[in-house]
Amino acid sequence: MQLTTEEEKALNGEFGETLSVAYRILLAIGNANDAEKLIPIKWAHVSGVNYNTIGKSGEEFLKEISSEGKKVMIPTTLNPMGFDSTKKNIGLTEEFVNNQLSITDSYKKLGVNMSFTCIPYEIFSLPKKGEYASFAESNAAVFLNSILNIKTNKESALSSLASAITGKTPYSDLLIEENRKSKIMIKPELSTDESDALGQVDTFNLNELDFGLLGYYAGKVSKESCVGIDCKKDQVDIVKMKSLSAGMGTSGICGMFKTEEDSMTEKISFGKKERESVFDELNTSEMGDIIVLGSPQLGMSEINLLDNMIHGKKFKKKCMIFCAKPVYEIAKENESLYRLEKAGCEFFCDSCTCLTPLITKDKYDSITTNSVKCSYYMKHSNKVGVSLKNLNSIVKENTI
Amino acid sequence: MFNETINCRKIVEGKAEGKVIVSKNPINFLAMVNLDTGKITDQSHDLFNISLKDKILVFPHSIGSSVGAYSIYALKTNNLGPKGIICTAKADIITASGCAIANIPVVDKLEKDIHDFIKNESRLILDATNQKIMVKNRN
Repeated sequence: MQLTTEEEKALNGEFGETLSVAYRILLAIGNANDAEKLIPIKWAHVSGVNYNTIGKSGEEFLKEISSEGKKVMIPTTLNPMGFDSTKKNIGLTEEFVNNQLSITDSYKKLGVNMSFTCIPYEIFSLPKKGEYASFAESNAAVFLNSILNIKTNKESALSSLASAITGKTPYSDLLIEENRKSKIMIKPELSTDESDALGQVDTFNLNELDFGLLGYYAGKVSKESCVGIDCKKDQVDIVKMKSLSAGMGTSGICGMFKTEEDSMTEKISFGKKERESVFDELNTSEMGDIIVLGSPQLGMSEINLLDNMIHGKKFKKKCMIFCAKPVYEIAKENESLYRLEKAGCEFFCDSCTCLTPLITKDKYDSITTNSVKCSYYMKHSNKVGVSLKNLNSIVKENTI
Repeated sequence: MFNETINCRKIVEGKAEGKVIVSKNPINFLAMVNLDTGKITDQSHDLFNISLKDKILVFPHSIGSSVGAYSIYALKTNNLGPKGIICTAKADIITASGCAIANIPVVDKLEKDIHDFIKNESRLILDATNQKIMVKNRN
Protein backbone atom coordinates (compact mmCIF):
# COMPACT_ATOMS: atom_id res chain seq x y z
CA MET A 1 0.00 0.00 0.00
CA GLN A 2 1.29 3.43 -0.95
CA LEU A 3 1.30 6.12 1.71
CA THR A 4 1.39 9.83 0.94
CA THR A 5 4.36 11.85 2.19
CA GLU A 6 2.29 13.13 5.11
CA GLU A 7 1.10 9.63 6.00
CA GLU A 8 4.67 8.38 5.80
CA LYS A 9 5.77 11.11 8.23
CA ALA A 10 2.95 10.19 10.59
CA LEU A 11 3.96 6.52 10.42
CA ASN A 12 7.52 7.48 11.29
CA GLY A 13 6.37 9.29 14.41
CA GLU A 14 6.78 12.91 13.30
CA PHE A 15 3.29 13.77 14.60
CA GLY A 16 3.46 11.71 17.76
CA GLU A 17 3.23 8.12 18.90
CA THR A 18 -0.58 7.87 18.72
CA LEU A 19 -0.69 8.57 14.98
CA SER A 20 2.38 6.40 14.40
CA VAL A 21 0.70 3.38 16.03
CA ALA A 22 -2.50 4.06 14.09
CA TYR A 23 -0.66 4.15 10.75
CA ARG A 24 1.31 1.02 11.63
CA ILE A 25 -2.01 -0.80 12.08
CA LEU A 26 -3.48 0.63 8.85
CA LEU A 27 -0.37 -0.33 6.90
CA ALA A 28 -0.58 -3.95 8.12
CA ILE A 29 -4.28 -4.34 7.29
CA GLY A 30 -3.80 -2.48 4.00
CA ASN A 31 -1.07 -4.97 3.05
CA ALA A 32 -3.27 -7.90 4.06
CA ASN A 33 -6.16 -6.62 1.96
CA ASP A 34 -4.09 -5.64 -1.12
CA ALA A 35 -5.02 -1.98 -0.74
CA GLU A 36 -3.33 0.62 -2.91
CA LYS A 37 -4.14 3.63 -0.76
CA LEU A 38 -5.99 5.02 2.23
CA ILE A 39 -9.28 6.87 1.75
CA PRO A 40 -11.28 9.17 4.05
CA ILE A 41 -14.29 7.71 5.85
CA LYS A 42 -17.38 9.17 7.56
CA TRP A 43 -17.87 7.00 10.64
CA ALA A 44 -15.90 4.64 12.83
CA HIS A 45 -17.38 2.18 15.30
CA VAL A 46 -14.88 0.81 17.76
CA SER A 47 -14.99 -2.44 19.71
CA GLY A 48 -12.69 -3.56 22.51
CA VAL A 49 -14.37 -1.88 25.46
CA ASN A 50 -15.37 -4.69 27.84
CA TYR A 51 -12.49 -5.40 30.28
CA ASN A 52 -13.34 -9.10 30.02
CA THR A 53 -12.46 -9.01 26.33
CA ILE A 54 -9.36 -6.81 26.13
CA GLY A 55 -7.81 -7.51 29.54
CA LYS A 56 -5.05 -5.68 31.37
CA SER A 57 -2.80 -5.32 28.32
CA GLY A 58 -5.66 -3.74 26.36
CA GLU A 59 -6.41 -1.38 29.22
CA GLU A 60 -2.74 -0.32 29.30
CA PHE A 61 -2.55 0.04 25.52
CA LEU A 62 -5.55 2.40 25.51
CA LYS A 63 -4.17 4.42 28.41
CA GLU A 64 -0.95 4.87 26.45
CA ILE A 65 -2.54 5.70 23.08
CA SER A 66 -4.87 8.28 24.67
CA SER A 67 -2.13 9.92 26.78
CA GLU A 68 -0.91 12.33 24.07
CA GLY A 69 -4.22 14.14 23.89
CA LYS A 70 -4.84 13.24 20.23
CA LYS A 71 -8.56 13.12 19.35
CA VAL A 72 -10.45 11.03 16.82
CA MET A 73 -10.84 12.72 13.41
CA ILE A 74 -14.37 11.52 12.57
CA PRO A 75 -17.59 10.68 14.44
CA THR A 76 -16.74 7.54 16.39
CA THR A 77 -19.15 5.36 18.34
CA LEU A 78 -18.31 2.72 20.91
CA ASN A 79 -19.30 -0.90 21.59
CA PRO A 80 -20.79 -2.03 24.93
CA MET A 81 -18.65 -2.29 28.04
CA GLY A 82 -18.80 -4.83 30.86
CA PHE A 83 -21.63 -3.53 33.02
CA ASP A 84 -24.42 -1.01 33.41
CA SER A 85 -22.89 1.85 35.40
CA THR A 86 -26.27 3.03 36.68
CA LYS A 87 -26.76 -0.21 38.63
CA LYS A 88 -25.31 -0.58 42.11
CA ASN A 89 -24.02 -3.70 43.86
CA ILE A 90 -23.93 -5.95 40.84
CA GLY A 91 -21.39 -8.30 42.34
CA LEU A 92 -18.37 -7.36 40.26
CA THR A 93 -14.87 -7.21 41.68
CA GLU A 94 -13.26 -3.86 42.38
CA GLU A 95 -10.48 -4.85 39.97
CA PHE A 96 -12.99 -5.33 37.15
CA VAL A 97 -14.81 -2.07 37.81
CA ASN A 98 -11.62 -0.01 38.10
CA ASN A 99 -10.10 -1.41 34.92
CA GLN A 100 -13.40 -1.00 33.10
CA LEU A 101 -13.60 2.65 34.13
CA SER A 102 -10.01 3.22 33.06
CA ILE A 103 -10.83 1.83 29.59
CA THR A 104 -13.88 4.02 29.14
CA ASP A 105 -11.89 7.01 30.42
CA SER A 106 -9.26 6.42 27.71
CA TYR A 107 -11.91 6.35 24.97
CA LYS A 108 -13.41 9.52 26.41
CA LYS A 109 -10.00 11.23 26.23
CA LEU A 110 -9.78 10.21 22.58
CA GLY A 111 -13.08 12.00 21.94
CA VAL A 112 -15.11 8.86 21.23
CA ASN A 113 -18.90 9.02 21.72
CA MET A 114 -19.69 7.03 24.88
CA SER A 115 -22.51 5.17 23.12
CA PHE A 116 -21.85 1.67 24.54
CA THR A 117 -23.96 0.01 21.89
CA CYS A 118 -23.46 -2.76 19.34
CA ILE A 119 -26.44 -1.54 17.28
CA PRO A 120 -25.29 2.02 16.43
CA TYR A 121 -27.19 1.67 13.11
CA GLU A 122 -30.46 1.77 15.07
CA ILE A 123 -29.40 4.66 17.30
CA PHE A 124 -27.51 7.26 15.27
CA SER A 125 -28.33 9.13 12.09
CA LEU A 126 -26.69 7.41 9.17
CA PRO A 127 -24.33 8.70 6.49
CA LYS A 128 -25.59 8.58 2.91
CA LYS A 129 -25.80 5.27 1.06
CA GLY A 130 -22.54 4.35 -0.57
CA GLU A 131 -20.41 6.26 1.96
CA TYR A 132 -17.43 4.58 3.62
CA ALA A 133 -17.08 3.58 7.27
CA SER A 134 -14.88 1.47 9.51
CA PHE A 135 -16.91 -0.82 11.73
CA ALA A 136 -15.39 -3.30 14.13
CA GLU A 137 -18.49 -4.85 15.69
CA SER A 138 -19.21 -7.74 13.36
CA ASN A 139 -23.03 -7.74 13.48
CA ALA A 140 -22.99 -4.01 12.74
CA ALA A 141 -20.49 -4.33 9.89
CA VAL A 142 -22.62 -7.00 8.20
CA PHE A 143 -25.80 -4.97 8.79
CA LEU A 144 -24.26 -1.78 7.38
CA ASN A 145 -23.05 -3.44 4.19
CA SER A 146 -26.03 -5.67 3.59
CA ILE A 147 -29.05 -3.64 4.67
CA LEU A 148 -27.94 -0.01 4.64
CA ASN A 149 -25.43 -0.08 1.78
CA ILE A 150 -22.85 1.84 3.77
CA LYS A 151 -19.51 0.30 2.91
CA THR A 152 -17.20 -1.10 5.57
CA ASN A 153 -14.84 -3.98 5.92
CA LYS A 154 -15.27 -6.29 8.88
CA GLU A 155 -12.69 -4.40 10.91
CA SER A 156 -10.88 -5.39 14.06
CA ALA A 157 -11.03 -3.48 17.33
CA LEU A 158 -7.59 -2.05 16.60
CA SER A 159 -8.10 -1.23 12.94
CA SER A 160 -11.33 0.67 13.61
CA LEU A 161 -9.55 2.62 16.34
CA ALA A 162 -6.72 3.40 13.91
CA SER A 163 -9.30 4.60 11.39
CA ALA A 164 -11.02 6.75 14.01
CA ILE A 165 -7.70 8.40 14.90
CA THR A 166 -6.66 9.01 11.27
CA GLY A 167 -10.08 9.36 9.63
CA LYS A 168 -8.95 6.87 6.99
CA THR A 169 -9.14 3.23 6.03
CA PRO A 170 -7.41 1.17 3.32
CA TYR A 171 -9.41 1.20 0.08
CA SER A 172 -9.91 -2.53 -0.17
CA ASP A 173 -12.21 -5.54 -0.17
CA LEU A 174 -15.84 -4.59 0.57
CA LEU A 175 -15.17 -0.89 0.00
CA ILE A 176 -14.65 -1.66 -3.68
CA GLU A 177 -17.90 -2.20 -5.60
CA GLU A 178 -16.67 -5.16 -7.65
CA ASN A 179 -15.90 -7.12 -4.47
CA ARG A 180 -19.45 -6.74 -3.22
CA LYS A 181 -20.51 -9.81 -5.16
CA SER A 182 -21.22 -13.31 -3.97
CA LYS A 183 -19.77 -16.48 -5.43
CA ILE A 184 -22.05 -18.76 -3.46
CA MET A 185 -25.68 -18.43 -2.48
CA ILE A 186 -27.11 -20.15 0.57
CA LYS A 187 -30.64 -21.31 -0.06
CA PRO A 188 -32.80 -21.95 3.01
CA GLU A 189 -34.76 -25.14 2.43
CA LEU A 190 -36.38 -25.62 5.79
CA SER A 191 -39.90 -26.87 5.99
CA THR A 192 -41.99 -24.81 8.32
CA ASP A 193 -45.57 -25.28 9.40
CA GLU A 194 -46.57 -22.76 6.78
CA SER A 195 -44.54 -24.14 3.87
CA ASP A 196 -46.71 -25.24 1.00
CA ALA A 197 -47.33 -28.76 -0.28
CA LEU A 198 -44.45 -28.60 -2.77
CA GLY A 199 -42.05 -27.96 0.06
CA GLN A 200 -41.35 -24.47 -1.21
CA VAL A 201 -40.23 -22.34 1.66
CA ASP A 202 -41.17 -18.77 2.04
CA THR A 203 -38.35 -17.26 4.08
CA PHE A 204 -41.03 -15.02 5.54
CA ASN A 205 -42.01 -17.94 7.75
CA LEU A 206 -38.60 -18.64 9.22
CA ASN A 207 -38.18 -17.30 12.74
CA GLU A 208 -35.34 -15.17 14.08
CA LEU A 209 -33.45 -18.19 15.40
CA ASP A 210 -33.58 -19.84 11.95
CA PHE A 211 -32.08 -16.66 10.52
CA GLY A 212 -29.36 -16.62 13.17
CA LEU A 213 -28.45 -20.23 12.39
CA LEU A 214 -28.59 -19.49 8.66
CA GLY A 215 -26.16 -16.60 9.14
CA TYR A 216 -23.86 -18.70 11.29
CA TYR A 217 -23.86 -21.46 8.66
CA ALA A 218 -23.29 -19.02 5.79
CA GLY A 219 -20.37 -17.42 7.64
CA LYS A 220 -18.82 -20.84 8.13
CA VAL A 221 -19.24 -21.97 4.55
CA SER A 222 -18.16 -18.80 2.78
CA LYS A 223 -14.48 -18.23 2.14
CA GLU A 224 -15.17 -14.79 0.68
CA SER A 225 -16.16 -11.46 2.27
CA CYS A 226 -19.57 -11.47 0.59
CA VAL A 227 -22.06 -14.33 0.55
CA GLY A 228 -25.45 -14.70 -1.08
CA ILE A 229 -28.59 -15.49 0.93
CA ASP A 230 -31.59 -16.61 -1.06
CA CYS A 231 -34.44 -14.70 0.55
CA LYS A 232 -36.69 -11.78 -0.21
CA LYS A 233 -35.10 -8.94 1.70
CA ASP A 234 -38.20 -6.78 1.76
CA GLN A 235 -40.15 -9.58 3.47
CA VAL A 236 -37.69 -9.99 6.31
CA ASP A 237 -38.01 -7.66 9.29
CA ILE A 238 -35.18 -5.95 11.15
CA VAL A 239 -35.27 -8.47 14.02
CA LYS A 240 -34.44 -11.32 11.64
CA MET A 241 -31.91 -9.25 9.70
CA LYS A 242 -30.07 -8.44 12.92
CA SER A 243 -30.09 -12.10 13.85
CA LEU A 244 -28.77 -13.10 10.41
CA SER A 245 -26.05 -10.42 10.56
CA ALA A 246 -24.94 -11.41 14.05
CA GLY A 247 -24.78 -15.13 13.24
CA MET A 248 -22.77 -14.44 10.12
CA GLY A 249 -20.35 -12.12 11.89
CA THR A 250 -19.68 -14.69 14.60
CA SER A 251 -18.60 -17.68 12.58
CA GLY A 252 -16.32 -16.55 9.80
CA ILE A 253 -14.77 -13.78 7.79
CA CYS A 254 -17.91 -12.71 5.93
CA GLY A 255 -18.76 -9.02 6.22
CA MET A 256 -21.73 -8.85 3.91
CA PHE A 257 -24.64 -10.79 2.46
CA LYS A 258 -26.54 -10.16 -0.72
CA THR A 259 -30.02 -11.32 -1.52
CA GLU A 260 -29.73 -10.72 -5.25
CA GLU A 261 -28.07 -13.39 -7.31
CA ASP A 262 -24.80 -12.54 -9.05
CA SER A 263 -23.69 -14.31 -12.17
CA MET A 264 -21.70 -17.50 -11.58
CA THR A 265 -23.32 -18.09 -8.22
CA GLU A 266 -23.12 -21.61 -6.83
CA LYS A 267 -26.13 -22.64 -4.74
CA ILE A 268 -25.71 -24.34 -1.39
CA SER A 269 -28.69 -25.70 0.48
CA PHE A 270 -29.39 -24.84 4.11
CA GLY A 271 -31.81 -27.63 4.86
CA LYS A 272 -32.85 -29.56 7.93
CA LYS A 273 -29.51 -31.36 8.17
CA GLU A 274 -27.43 -28.18 7.93
CA ARG A 275 -29.64 -26.40 10.42
CA GLU A 276 -29.32 -29.30 12.84
CA SER A 277 -25.55 -29.41 12.56
CA VAL A 278 -25.10 -25.76 13.61
CA PHE A 279 -27.91 -25.99 16.15
CA ASP A 280 -26.31 -29.03 17.82
CA GLU A 281 -22.99 -27.22 17.93
CA LEU A 282 -24.48 -24.24 19.79
CA ASN A 283 -27.30 -25.80 21.81
CA THR A 284 -25.50 -27.33 24.77
CA SER A 285 -28.21 -27.62 27.39
CA GLU A 286 -31.85 -28.69 27.49
CA MET A 287 -32.91 -26.08 30.00
CA GLY A 288 -31.69 -22.66 31.08
CA ASP A 289 -31.49 -21.41 34.67
CA ILE A 290 -32.29 -17.92 33.40
CA ILE A 291 -33.37 -16.28 30.14
CA VAL A 292 -30.94 -13.92 28.44
CA LEU A 293 -31.93 -11.66 25.55
CA GLY A 294 -29.73 -9.28 23.64
CA SER A 295 -26.82 -10.16 21.43
CA PRO A 296 -26.90 -7.87 19.57
CA GLN A 297 -28.55 -5.51 22.07
CA LEU A 298 -32.32 -5.28 21.70
CA GLY A 299 -33.79 -2.38 19.77
CA MET A 300 -37.38 -1.15 19.95
CA SER A 301 -38.53 -3.77 17.40
CA GLU A 302 -37.53 -6.60 19.73
CA ILE A 303 -38.86 -4.82 22.83
CA ASN A 304 -42.26 -4.27 21.19
CA LEU A 305 -42.33 -7.86 19.93
CA LEU A 306 -41.62 -9.22 23.40
CA ASP A 307 -44.14 -6.82 24.95
CA ASN A 308 -46.84 -8.15 22.60
CA MET A 309 -45.92 -11.77 23.28
CA ILE A 310 -45.91 -11.33 27.07
CA HIS A 311 -49.25 -9.59 27.07
CA GLY A 312 -49.83 -9.62 30.83
CA LYS A 313 -48.13 -12.96 31.52
CA LYS A 314 -45.18 -13.36 33.89
CA PHE A 315 -41.83 -15.08 33.44
CA LYS A 316 -41.30 -18.09 35.70
CA LYS A 317 -37.59 -17.39 35.86
CA LYS A 318 -35.29 -14.40 35.71
CA CYS A 319 -35.09 -12.72 32.30
CA MET A 320 -32.13 -10.44 31.63
CA ILE A 321 -32.55 -7.94 28.79
CA PHE A 322 -29.55 -6.18 27.31
CA CYS A 323 -30.45 -3.09 25.32
CA ALA A 324 -28.99 0.22 24.21
CA LYS A 325 -29.53 3.16 26.58
CA PRO A 326 -31.60 5.25 24.09
CA VAL A 327 -33.81 2.18 23.52
CA TYR A 328 -34.30 1.87 27.28
CA GLU A 329 -35.37 5.52 27.37
CA ILE A 330 -37.92 5.04 24.57
CA ALA A 331 -39.25 1.89 26.24
CA LYS A 332 -39.69 3.93 29.40
CA GLU A 333 -41.64 6.57 27.50
CA ASN A 334 -43.97 4.13 25.79
CA GLU A 335 -44.31 2.19 29.06
CA SER A 336 -43.35 -1.19 27.59
CA LEU A 337 -40.44 -1.05 30.04
CA TYR A 338 -42.79 -1.15 33.03
CA ARG A 339 -44.89 -3.94 31.56
CA LEU A 340 -41.80 -6.04 30.90
CA GLU A 341 -40.36 -5.30 34.33
CA LYS A 342 -43.67 -6.37 35.85
CA ALA A 343 -43.37 -9.59 33.84
CA GLY A 344 -40.05 -10.26 35.53
CA CYS A 345 -37.55 -8.77 33.08
CA GLU A 346 -34.51 -6.89 34.30
CA PHE A 347 -32.94 -4.33 31.94
CA PHE A 348 -29.21 -3.77 31.49
CA CYS A 349 -27.87 -0.89 29.40
CA ASP A 350 -24.35 -0.13 28.12
CA SER A 351 -23.43 -3.82 28.14
CA CYS A 352 -24.14 -6.97 26.18
CA THR A 353 -24.25 -10.73 26.69
CA CYS A 354 -20.93 -11.24 24.91
CA LEU A 355 -18.38 -12.11 27.59
CA THR A 356 -20.45 -10.34 30.20
CA PRO A 357 -19.09 -10.71 33.73
CA LEU A 358 -22.72 -10.78 34.91
CA ILE A 359 -23.28 -14.33 33.64
CA THR A 360 -20.62 -16.73 34.88
CA LYS A 361 -20.49 -20.47 35.48
CA ASP A 362 -20.24 -19.79 39.23
CA LYS A 363 -23.69 -18.23 39.10
CA TYR A 364 -25.46 -20.24 36.41
CA ASP A 365 -25.09 -23.68 34.83
CA SER A 366 -27.05 -22.68 31.78
CA ILE A 367 -29.10 -19.97 30.11
CA THR A 368 -31.90 -19.86 27.55
CA THR A 369 -31.53 -17.46 24.62
CA ASN A 370 -32.62 -16.96 21.03
CA SER A 371 -29.25 -15.51 20.00
CA VAL A 372 -26.74 -17.56 18.09
CA LYS A 373 -24.00 -15.06 18.88
CA CYS A 374 -24.79 -15.16 22.59
CA SER A 375 -24.72 -18.99 22.47
CA TYR A 376 -21.34 -19.02 20.82
CA TYR A 377 -19.68 -16.80 23.41
CA MET A 378 -21.49 -18.39 26.37
CA LYS A 379 -20.20 -21.75 25.21
CA HIS A 380 -16.65 -20.74 24.32
CA SER A 381 -15.85 -17.87 26.68
CA ASN A 382 -18.22 -17.93 29.66
CA LYS A 383 -18.39 -21.77 29.64
CA VAL A 384 -22.09 -21.64 30.46
CA GLY A 385 -24.56 -24.09 28.89
CA VAL A 386 -27.09 -22.77 26.40
CA SER A 387 -30.61 -23.81 25.54
CA LEU A 388 -31.22 -22.23 22.16
CA LYS A 389 -34.87 -21.44 21.37
CA ASN A 390 -36.78 -18.91 19.34
CA LEU A 391 -38.41 -16.03 21.22
CA ASN A 392 -41.93 -17.32 20.74
CA SER A 393 -41.05 -20.68 22.32
CA ILE A 394 -39.11 -19.01 25.11
CA VAL A 395 -42.15 -16.93 26.06
CA LYS A 396 -44.58 -19.85 25.66
CA GLU A 397 -42.54 -22.24 27.77
CA ASN A 398 -41.41 -19.86 30.48
CA THR A 399 -44.40 -17.69 31.30
CA ILE A 400 -47.64 -18.21 33.16
CA MET B 1 19.99 -27.08 7.25
CA PHE B 2 17.34 -24.75 5.81
CA ASN B 3 17.85 -25.63 2.18
CA GLU B 4 14.43 -24.71 0.83
CA THR B 5 13.10 -21.17 0.50
CA ILE B 6 9.44 -20.33 0.14
CA ASN B 7 8.71 -16.83 -1.08
CA CYS B 8 5.81 -15.09 0.58
CA ARG B 9 4.27 -11.68 1.20
CA LYS B 10 5.04 -9.42 4.15
CA ILE B 11 2.12 -8.27 6.26
CA VAL B 12 3.97 -7.28 9.44
CA GLU B 13 7.75 -7.07 9.23
CA GLY B 14 10.24 -8.84 11.46
CA LYS B 15 12.16 -12.10 11.68
CA ALA B 16 11.65 -15.21 13.79
CA GLU B 17 13.14 -18.66 14.06
CA GLY B 18 11.55 -21.55 15.88
CA LYS B 19 9.37 -24.61 15.93
CA VAL B 20 6.03 -24.55 14.17
CA ILE B 21 2.57 -25.58 15.17
CA VAL B 22 0.36 -26.31 12.23
CA SER B 23 -3.41 -26.02 12.09
CA LYS B 24 -5.85 -26.56 9.27
CA ASN B 25 -8.51 -24.63 11.19
CA PRO B 26 -9.06 -20.89 11.62
CA ILE B 27 -8.83 -19.47 15.16
CA ASN B 28 -11.19 -17.14 16.99
CA PHE B 29 -8.60 -15.53 19.26
CA LEU B 30 -11.19 -14.04 21.60
CA ALA B 31 -13.18 -17.20 22.14
CA MET B 32 -10.73 -20.06 21.68
CA VAL B 33 -7.48 -19.04 23.39
CA ASN B 34 -6.79 -18.94 27.11
CA LEU B 35 -4.82 -15.74 27.62
CA ASP B 36 -3.33 -16.99 30.91
CA THR B 37 -1.91 -20.20 29.47
CA GLY B 38 -1.66 -19.47 25.74
CA LYS B 39 -3.48 -22.73 25.03
CA ILE B 40 -6.32 -23.37 22.58
CA THR B 41 -9.47 -24.16 24.58
CA ASP B 42 -11.86 -25.31 21.84
CA GLN B 43 -12.16 -29.09 22.08
CA SER B 44 -13.10 -29.45 18.42
CA HIS B 45 -9.99 -27.54 17.25
CA ASP B 46 -6.98 -29.50 15.99
CA LEU B 47 -4.74 -27.46 18.33
CA PHE B 48 -6.88 -28.19 21.41
CA ASN B 49 -4.82 -27.86 24.61
CA ILE B 50 -1.71 -26.85 22.66
CA SER B 51 0.12 -23.65 23.59
CA LEU B 52 1.03 -20.99 21.04
CA LYS B 53 3.91 -19.73 23.19
CA ASP B 54 7.12 -19.08 21.24
CA LYS B 55 5.89 -21.13 18.29
CA ILE B 56 5.54 -20.07 14.70
CA LEU B 57 1.86 -20.50 14.07
CA VAL B 58 0.93 -21.85 10.64
CA PHE B 59 -2.84 -21.55 10.15
CA PRO B 60 -5.34 -20.31 7.57
CA HIS B 61 -6.53 -17.05 9.21
CA SER B 62 -8.45 -15.66 12.20
CA ILE B 63 -12.22 -15.63 12.42
CA GLY B 64 -14.95 -14.10 14.54
CA SER B 65 -14.78 -11.31 17.04
CA SER B 66 -13.10 -8.07 16.13
CA VAL B 67 -11.66 -8.02 19.65
CA GLY B 68 -9.45 -10.99 18.76
CA ALA B 69 -6.80 -8.44 17.78
CA TYR B 70 -6.46 -7.45 21.45
CA SER B 71 -6.21 -11.13 22.40
CA ILE B 72 -3.17 -11.50 20.15
CA TYR B 73 -1.64 -8.43 21.83
CA ALA B 74 -2.48 -9.83 25.29
CA LEU B 75 -0.77 -13.13 24.47
CA LYS B 76 2.35 -11.21 23.51
CA THR B 77 2.41 -9.02 26.64
CA ASN B 78 1.84 -12.12 28.80
CA ASN B 79 4.87 -13.74 27.08
CA LEU B 80 2.59 -16.46 25.72
CA GLY B 81 2.38 -15.29 22.14
CA PRO B 82 3.59 -16.95 18.96
CA LYS B 83 6.97 -15.78 17.62
CA GLY B 84 5.58 -15.43 14.14
CA ILE B 85 2.50 -16.19 12.08
CA ILE B 86 2.19 -17.74 8.64
CA CYS B 87 -1.29 -17.50 7.12
CA THR B 88 -1.84 -20.30 4.65
CA ALA B 89 -4.99 -18.64 3.33
CA LYS B 90 -5.05 -14.83 3.21
CA ALA B 91 -3.98 -12.77 6.21
CA ASP B 92 -6.99 -11.10 7.78
CA ILE B 93 -7.54 -7.79 9.54
CA ILE B 94 -7.64 -9.30 13.05
CA THR B 95 -4.30 -11.07 12.66
CA ALA B 96 -2.66 -8.16 10.83
CA SER B 97 -3.75 -5.45 13.29
CA GLY B 98 -3.10 -7.50 16.44
CA CYS B 99 0.37 -8.47 15.26
CA ALA B 100 1.14 -4.91 14.10
CA ILE B 101 1.02 -3.63 17.68
CA ALA B 102 2.41 -6.84 19.20
CA ASN B 103 5.37 -6.78 16.78
CA ILE B 104 4.81 -10.35 15.67
CA PRO B 105 6.01 -10.92 12.08
CA VAL B 106 3.24 -12.09 9.72
CA VAL B 107 3.31 -13.35 6.13
CA ASP B 108 0.82 -14.83 3.70
CA LYS B 109 0.52 -15.70 -0.02
CA LEU B 110 3.09 -18.50 0.04
CA GLU B 111 4.31 -19.54 -3.41
CA LYS B 112 4.43 -23.22 -2.35
CA ASP B 113 2.28 -25.39 -0.09
CA ILE B 114 4.19 -25.20 3.18
CA HIS B 115 2.54 -28.39 4.41
CA ASP B 116 4.77 -30.32 2.00
CA PHE B 117 7.80 -29.21 3.99
CA ILE B 118 6.78 -29.03 7.62
CA LYS B 119 4.90 -30.83 10.36
CA ASN B 120 4.40 -29.94 14.03
CA GLU B 121 7.69 -29.21 15.78
CA SER B 122 9.62 -28.66 12.52
CA ARG B 123 11.95 -25.70 12.74
CA LEU B 124 11.93 -22.86 10.24
CA ILE B 125 13.05 -19.29 9.76
CA LEU B 126 10.37 -16.73 9.04
CA ASP B 127 11.90 -13.60 7.51
CA ALA B 128 8.86 -11.41 6.95
CA THR B 129 10.94 -8.33 6.19
CA ASN B 130 12.57 -10.06 3.20
CA GLN B 131 9.40 -12.03 2.37
CA LYS B 132 11.03 -15.45 2.72
CA ILE B 133 10.45 -18.61 4.73
CA MET B 134 13.41 -20.98 5.06
CA VAL B 135 12.54 -24.61 5.67
CA LYS B 136 14.33 -27.93 5.56
CA ASN B 137 13.61 -29.99 2.48
CA ARG B 138 12.81 -33.50 3.66
CA ASN B 139 14.01 -35.11 0.41
